[in-house]
Amino acid sequence: MLPDMALDALLAIFGMALVTYAIRAGGLAVANRLPREGFVAAWMKHLPSAVLAALVAPALVNGGPDEWGAALVVVGLYVVSRNLLLAMVGGIVGIVLLRMLGLT
Amino acid sequence: MSEFSSYFWLGARRFIPVAISIAAYGLVWGMLAGQAGMSLIEVIAMSGLVYAGASQFVVLDLWEPGQIPVVSIIITAAIVNLRIVMMSASFRPVVGHLRPLPAYASMFLMSDEPWAMTMGEKLTGPKGFAFFLGTGFMCWSSWFVSTVIGRLAGGFLRNPEQFGLDFAFTATFLVLLLGMVKGRGDLVPIAIGGLVAIATARLVPGNWYIIAGGLAGSLAGAIVETRKGRAHVA
Repeated sequence: MLPDMALDALLAIFGMALVTYAIRAGGLAVANRLPREGFVAAWMKHLPSAVLAALVAPALVNGGPDEWGAALVVVGLYVVSRNLLLAMVGGIVGIVLLRMLGLT
Repeated sequence: MSEFSSYFWLGARRFIPVAISIAAYGLVWGMLAGQAGMSLIEVIAMSGLVYAGASQFVVLDLWEPGQIPVVSIIITAAIVNLRIVMMSASFRPVVGHLRPLPAYASMFLMSDEPWAMTMGEKLTGPKGFAFFLGTGFMCWSSWFVSTVIGRLAGGFLRNPEQFGLDFAFTATFLVLLLGMVKGRGDLVPIAIGGLVAIATARLVPGNWYIIAGGLAGSLAGAIVETRKGRAHVA
């Protein structure tokens, strides 16, 4: 048994590793049978953005004005600069400042 | 220098700028993983074996030491990573000359950036394979090393709220999401996914809202896109 690792953590990590490798190798195995366009291809293409939206939306709705303000900073910085890292750092600086000011 | 090693290192060198931005995300992920209660050995195992950033970010949200929802974590990771099928499926020209064992073993390194860069070079056969291994080697190492460093550095932060690190989750997802908006068609899965997730989170206990929103949003996006395509043909 690995140190400092509970059984459920072990199962979760090895399970993730297994399904992820199966997906990576599976693509090669079904290469000639997988549709390049059409419904299934479009569905798989849209999966990551839909999952990310499903994560962000409830977190934002459940947050307060500080979180909403910082989220606006993130979106604004990204639209202006197209720089992912800058937008992320800006959002974190934004939330720290908003909380320090304590306006809301 | 042999042809293999010259193309391997060409791929590795071309990947350096991308590796730097991956390392920045890796540092953030490592810090957040510590905050979510992941131990160092768990971070090492997950980054080393799973090696899929988007799914690792998503899964942190579900990670609660002592009561880890194993099944929903594995399903969520599978859903987020399913897109990689399309990348491996397009890789026949690069690995088609190999015997099955090395071809399938090399798929472990398949990820968005190495795939995009190898396809972009339009290299096939042994040269393409060596180039791909070079990019994959850089991608894996930058992710692995930066997440471990992030976890070690994050361990020294006593009060993460003070540094806005709790909001870093939301900011990171938001930024990754914005980076995926390439056209109007991408707004449908985001809007539907978000709304369905908000509704599901209110109505259903647990973390099923991620899967519900992800499936609803992606299906809606596919429906709109294929309808448009048909209308265009007609």
